[in-house]
Amino acid sequence: MTSAATECLLRMYDEHHELEDYQSGVPRWCTGCGDNAILAAVQRLCRDEDLRPEKTVFVSGIGCSSRFPHYMKTYGFHGIHGRALPVAEGIKMARPDLNVFVNTGDGDCCSIGAAHWIHAIRYNMNMTVMLHDNQIYGLTKMQASPTSPKGLKSNTTPRGAYLEALNPLTVTLGVQNVSFVAQAVDWIPEVMYDIISAAFHHKGLSFVRIVQRCPEWLPKLLEPWLHDPEKVLLLEHEDAIRISPSLAQVYKNRRRHDPSDLDRARETASGFDPIPVGILYRNPRVPCYEELRTAAGLRSTERIRKGLEAEFDKFTVWPQQAAEGAPAE
Amino acid sequence: MNETSLLQPPRNTVSPPSMPTGNKAITTLSEAIVEVISDSGEGAQRCGQSLGAVAARMGNGVWTVEIIPAEIRPPARSVAGASGNRIRLGARRITNGGDDTDLVVAFNEQVLLGRVRAGELKPGCIILLESMWREDADPAIAASYRQAYDQLVAAGYRVREIPMERECRAIVREARRGKNMFALGMLCNLYSLDMQLARDQIALVFGKKDAAVVAQNVKLLEVGYDWAERNLDFKFRIPAQRAVEPQIVVNGNTALALGILASGMEVCAMYPITPATSASHYLSDVFEKVGGVVHQAEDEIAACAFAIGASYAGKCTVTITSGPGYSLKQEAIGLAVMAEIPLVVVNVQRGGPSTGQPTKAEQGDLLTAIFGSHGDAPKVVMAAGTIEDCFYSMITARKIAETFNMVVVVLSDAGLATSQQPFPRPRFNEAWVAPPVDQSDLPAGAKPYDWESATGLSRRFIPGQAGGMHTLTGLAHDSLSHVAYDPESNEKSIHARSLKLAALQKTLKPPPVFGGESGDLLVVGWGSTRGAIEEAVESLRQEGRKVSSLHLSFLQPMAPGLKEIMGRFGKVMTIESNWCDRPQDEIIDETNRRYSALAMLLRARYLVDVDCWSEVRGQPIKPGTIRRVILDKLARPEESVP
Ligand SMILES: Cc1ncc(C[n+]2csc(CCOP(=O)(O)OP(=O)(O)O)c2C)c(N)n1
Ligand code: SF4
Ligand SMILES: [Mg+2]
Repeated sequence: MTSAATECLLRMYDEHHELEDYQSGVPRWCTGCGDNAILAAVQRLCRDEDLRPEKTVFVSGIGCSSRFPHYMKTYGFHGIHGRALPVAEGIKMARPDLNVFVNTGDGDCCSIGAAHWIHAIRYNMNMTVMLHDNQIYGLTKMQASPTSPKGLKSNTTPRGAYLEALNPLTVTLGVQNVSFVAQAVDWIPEVMYDIISAAFHHKGLSFVRIVQRCPEWLPKLLEPWLHDPEKVLLLEHEDAIRISPSLAQVYKNRRRHDPSDLDRARETASGFDPIPVGILYRNPRVPCYEELRTAAGLRSTERIRKGLEAEFDKFTVWPQQAAEGAPAE
Repeated sequence: MNETSLLQPPRNTVSPPSMPTGNKAITTLSEAIVEVISDSGEGAQRCGQSLGAVAARMGNGVWTVEIIPAEIRPPARSVAGASGNRIRLGARRITNGGDDTDLVVAFNEQVLLGRVRAGELKPGCIILLESMWREDADPAIAASYRQAYDQLVAAGYRVREIPMERECRAIVREARRGKNMFALGMLCNLYSLDMQLARDQIALVFGKKDAAVVAQNVKLLEVGYDWAERNLDFKFRIPAQRAVEPQIVVNGNTALALGILASGMEVCAMYPITPATSASHYLSDVFEKVGGVVHQAEDEIAACAFAIGASYAGKCTVTITSGPGYSLKQEAIGLAVMAEIPLVVVNVQRGGPSTGQPTKAEQGDLLTAIFGSHGDAPKVVMAAGTIEDCFYSMITARKIAETFNMVVVVLSDAGLATSQQPFPRPRFNEAWVAPPVDQSDLPAGAKPYDWESATGLSRRFIPGQAGGMHTLTGLAHDSLSHVAYDPESNEKSIHARSLKLAALQKTLKPPPVFGGESGDLLVVGWGSTRGAIEEAVESLRQEGRKVSSLHLSFLQPMAPGLKEIMGRFGKVMTIESNWCDRPQDEIIDETNRRYSALAMLLRARYLVDVDCWSEVRGQPIKPGTIRRVILDKLARPEESVP
């Protein structure tokens, strides 16, 4: 026992992680895929925060983006399409001490998993959710997703998508208990890193929509935004993201946005041209479901026995004998 | 108007056996089935349950079944609105709801007609009927009451009109709510039950309210008792024998919840669905006291995924549902199978398919339980045969789930869920509460799926464990949990997951045969039919019939030795509550007959010509019905097993 504790202490001092400690395998994403940039930012974050790999879990559903956990040398849970969030909730409920991250695609989160998405916001469990929004179904080869812009030609909408795109930010900001919403774009890695870092440090469910390029199926879709810095609206605030001077040189279109202002967040979130990038909303005071639900006191065999005997007492048809049956307290 | 029978289907008039008159003789009975029915909200349930509890305390065998209307608030005085309890009392242990009812207390004639039409009453059944409707201010009500009364009497029922509400009015202002305890008093008198126990029961039931409420209900009880003593000319006694051990009385769902508590599981994820919900209601009330959590998820898929997440993170979890919810969980169950995450899934079956009959009993989900989820998804399937089993099966299920890293499905049904029966109070055993899983650091090179070649077993890795980092996946994978589509890896992992079932099977013992070890007919059953089948078998054996029965708790894998057992009988058949085609139908023959689920499984596995009989009437199969089925089967000599 002592030796294990000492070892544990030693490890705490010892442990200093390098990027390689979080890298696993060679990502199989297409060259230029925005998922690569997200992976790089996350691995950097893990290193900078010195997260213990064994105490960290990446949970995903199914899709190109959901391959993410395979490339992390932490624990990973690559589950089924659309259900990453409830799996992550179960993990967090059982083990609040683990760092839980969720990587989910726009189909995974906003279509098949939409019910879980809404409810995850409401549960507000302490985890970081990254929505890899490439506005298309990548893995299944280019079908329209709920976030595909109207008119987008895909294999299921050869004459153009029929419906207006769903905006994941305004939807999330509309759910009761929302506590952290941000938007990042894969082509400004520095800001993406800052946002994911802020999301990680937020206590509660932090929802980060990352506009992610899919050069395989939609090589042109985001080009105008890439080429024209004016089409990006950087949100800055002393309580949120600070923009470096070098970045400020390029991105002149900036706005001071107070992340505690929900109404303003909703208004800002609804735009795509220019696309707002930064922390839209943050409220650290929303209670976390795992804390509301965690019973006080240590769970022990003795406690279970007592609880059970008390219940048996209620249902015993000879109470006087029941008292004999139960060991004296 | 009088010509139309209110009592469809029409019955033959049966002359009542003579009743004791004058100085009251007490008739000794070996058993009796009593119903107490009312509009919902009039307290018949409480009366019936209390009757069961008092009889159980006296040492009678008891089986109580809830009578539940399909609607939440059916209109008052409606034929479909009967709410109450059916209580079977016996001198010996009672294992099922039995056959027809001997005596009914009805608070109005309409709810009674519902029971009559359902064919639940024995010919000549005694009916204690609230009489106030005879003089009701509404002439239509008075007329319908009189018409029903006349027809019931003409049909041979022994109807006693009793002014229950009038008698109660002397004691309580709101007599409508008090007459259930008056009825309890009458029943205590008629069945010679111990009044002190009844008073204690009232104190227990109303104890949370103030002493005045208890006193008033005790008064109603006593008035009911005296009224019966003075006005009714019959009285029964069912000999009772106090059990030596303390007994508890709960329904199947409460037993499941207590079993979850006792198993040491910490999380139950669920979404409300009849008839499983009451288990979660009860668990929600008590689980937190021992540090557990009931999570009501947004749907069954989420509940199952949440359970999987919690189990994966080291806390074996249970998710509880019924048919439609069970269907929704299939993809997630497949994930747990694929990734070898221990998981307990409870399916309290109801009538299906689709929304089916939410409150009714059926055993329709056995094949779904075994074969559900796409691909080869081996999982363990158990079925509780008794209420006591509901309790212990949760402990066993967790043990198996964690020992074999498998999904364990436990089947119960609406019949067990809402029935009550005393069983010996479980004696707490520390071994029930599984020790926490080994979380020590893993040695270098440890593989998350280091399948043992003989058994397919591998050690479970838990997040938090140093050295065990890997990405679990629902994709085909190798022993390192790396996605692997090559033919060898795929077969190797499927092979390992399949072997685990065989490894479990090697630890099982052949189930005991009920009755003789060999004979003319073996009846095989599973789940809630156990009590009724064994009762029928026992009574036929007493008449010299060479019939035995076998009850399976494990449906997947099946215990060893079944083929040998079946081989010792001339004929084998299953009796189940899931559809099988009727051989007498013109277009049904051996080439197209659909067999009941267990019969199909036994035929396929053991190459034995197992016949089947089934009924899907939404209610537990009665022992009397099973007797007839067995006699019929025995009487057909031409088709014996070669
Ligand atoms: C239940 C189920 N339905 C459908 C699929 C097929 N499928 C796999 S990924 C996917 C969509 C992926 O799109 P998205 O979530 O946007 O992820 P991306 O590949 O774009 O990163 C679909 C429809 C599946 N795996 N499971
Ligand atoms: S298809 Fe698109 S989303 Fe998928 S890996 Fe290639 S570029 Fe990335
Ligand atoms: Mg996508």
